[in-house]
Parts: sequence; structure tokens; C-alpha cells
Amino acid sequence: MAVGKEIRVKIASVQNTQKITRAMEMVATSKMRKAQERMRAARPYAARMRNVIAHVAAANAEYRHPFLVSREVKRVGIIVVSTDRGLCGGLNSNLFRMLVQHMKRWQAANVEFEVCTVGRKALQFFQRVGGKVSGQVSKIGDAPHLAQLLGPVKIMIDAYLEGRVDQIFIASNDFVNSMTQKPDLEQLVPLKAEADSELTQHWDYIYEPEAQEVLDQLMVRYVESLAYQRVVENIACEQAARMVAMKSASDNAGKLIKELQLIYNKARQAAITQELAEIVSGAAAV
Amino acid sequence: MSTIHVEIVSAEREIFSGDVEIVFAPARMGEVGILPGHAAMLTPLRPGEVRVQLVGGEQQAFYVSGGMLEVQPKVVTVLSDTAIRAHDLDEAAVMKAKQEAEDALANRSDKLDFTKAQAELAELAAQLQTIQRLRRRGG
Repeated sequence: MAVGKEIRVKIASVQNTQKITRAMEMVATSKMRKAQERMRAARPYAARMRNVIAHVAAANAEYRHPFLVSREVKRVGIIVVSTDRGLCGGLNSNLFRMLVQHMKRWQAANVEFEVCTVGRKALQFFQRVGGKVSGQVSKIGDAPHLAQLLGPVKIMIDAYLEGRVDQIFIASNDFVNSMTQKPDLEQLVPLKAEADSELTQHWDYIYEPEAQEVLDQLMVRYVESLAYQRVVENIACEQAARMVAMKSASDNAGKLIKELQLIYNKARQAAITQELAEIVSGAAAV
Repeated sequence: MSTIHVEIVSAEREIFSGDVEIVFAPARMGEVGILPGHAAMLTPLRPGEVRVQLVGGEQQAFYVSGGMLEVQPKVVTVLSDTAIRAHDLDEAAVMKAKQEAEDALANRSDKLDFTKAQAELAELAAQLQTIQRLRRRGG
């Protein structure tokens, strides 16, 4: 029977799409779990680092590191952490929207800005809309390595130390839970180190070899570790958002198939009825 | 015998955490051994072995490719690097990131086009909203 060939083809194609989205959903689910683990694994380092920085801020160091001194803001640097791939709902566009709002505010206050991008999507965004991009890194994969981030972070740190920018921010998504991700802009430099209240006496570290060198290294590592944590968290966000997006795509495909199936059945039934009517009326005529 | 709490962490994971009798680390100025009650100290590490002696005499060793050592009266923290650090390598990473950005963004102004950015974001938001509306209606 030649009825509804187009509908059958359409149903088959939607079924294929559904297979793909379902597979992507499952892949994203398992990747999200791994990314969350990685996020957790990165936490102790950042926590320890924060402790040390708090100690340093509380210590009466003979040397004040530039990262601890805030100055008048004329130009800001932003590290924008995005995903490499799409199909993850509104994750990146929400982040960019928040960023554009901040940028507008800065522009109104006559503050210039430059960005370093992590991930292909942020680069593409700034490619289309313009803006000074002083560095980028992409294709960081699912298991990023700290070494991959050194480039963009160092560009910003160098810019800060040279006085080219007066503040460094990092924009990325916060992993609230697997259903919710929140875009967030955090200030990296100058550090907002809270002094440890337990250590109030007059004291300082023994620095080996010298305070300046030791603190320089420490601060750079601190900023890097914060950036790394942000990137890892953003990957968890990406997978979670993709999981949700793909789940709804699979559901929609299912609904579409149901509707098409109904239309197909009706058409088939109508064709049978018509044929019967033709046979009956033909027989009556004879 | 008194003990001191040691934590060895790298940016990518926690490596060791526990109470030990003594910890040896390859500090920049030479190998150091830290006993409980050591004065506060902050020093970079060379690549090498961090050894801890657990209560009872058993020793464990961990390789670090550099990092920082912080000594507080009751706790020693080893912030281990995962990446191999050298000035040249860092500079190379910077050059690479810059170069890639320049390659990707050739022939384009440095000025952010707000109208364009907002138009694009509005479009994306509208798309998302449509999808959500469709979903609600369908569901």
C-alpha cells in the first residue's frame, strides 16, 4: 500500500535523530559525573592555597606583593571561560549576556577592557562582535591540564604587572547542581585575601631564598589554581547543560513521533475505508 | 613522639594527608627536614622527592615536579606543581595563546560592537524562549 510513504520516512528520520540525542544525553551524563569528580579533586589544592594566602596576608611581610595592592581602575582584563562545543542549551549565551552587561557598565564608567578566551565559543563570540582579545586557548578537552591554561593566565598577569590592566576578572559558569548553572564574574586580582583572625601576633615567615621571589611564585600559582578550578567547573556545567538539553530533545522527538504515527494511522485507515467503499460500490454497480 | 600534620596537594588532586613524624622536601636552597614545632617558613621546591615518615617508622615518597612548601607550627602544606615549570616554557605558552588569538581574529577591530553583541544575544534568548514555550505547550 502506497499510503503515507512520506510520513513513514519522516518518522524514521526523527527516530534516527532521537537515537543520536539519546546517545549524547548518556555520554553527557557519564562525562558530567567524571567532571564533577575532577572538580572535587581540585578543591583541596585551592583550599590549602587559600589558607597559605590568608597567612601571607596576615603576616607582616617586609614586601607587599602587587597582587595585594589595589589601584585605581582604568582598564580591566577578563578571562572568559566557555565551552568548545555547542548543543549545551543557553550555557554560553547566558554567560555572554552577563558579560556584556558588565562591559556596558565599564564602558559607561570609561573603563577599557581586554579579554583572554578559553574555549572556542568565547573566541567565536568576540570574533563576531569585536573587542580586544589578547590571548586564547581552545580544544582543552574534558580533562584539562593546568599547563594548558598557563598562556592566557600569564598574559593577564603580565598585563597587570606592567600596569596595562588594573583588575583581572574571570567569567565562567558556577555549577549549582546538575539542573542549574549560574554565570558568574569573579575578581582574581587584586586578591581579596581575608586575614586569618587566629594569627594576630606579630610574625612573619622565614622565606627561602627571598620574600619577593617566594611570594611572586606563590601568587602566580594561586591565580592559576583559581583559573584551573573555574575551567574544571565550567566543564561540569557544560556536560550538565548538555545532558538537560539532549534529554529535552529526546523527549520532543518522542512526542513528534507519536503525533506523526497518529497522522499516519489515520491516513492509512482513510485509505482502507475508501478502497472498501470503492469495492462495495463497484460490486453494487455490477 | 609528637607528630605534625602534612598535606600534599596538586592542582588536580589530593596526594597525601596525614600525621607524620618528619617530612623531607627538596627546597630551593637544599633538602629540608621538618620536625614538629618548626618555625613558619615559605619556600619554593625543586623537582624531587617529598618523603614523609609515618608513625612507626614507615616511609612514603612522592615525586613533585616543583611547587611550594609552607610550614606552620602544626601543619605542613606541600603545594605540588603538576606542570613542568620553566620561564621559557611559560613564555612559549604565552606566545602560543597570543598567536592563536591573533590568527583567529585577523582583520577585525578591537572595539566591542555592543549593538551587534546585544542583537545576537537577544536572538539566542528568543530562540531559547521559543523552545521552552514549544515544550510547555507540547508537554
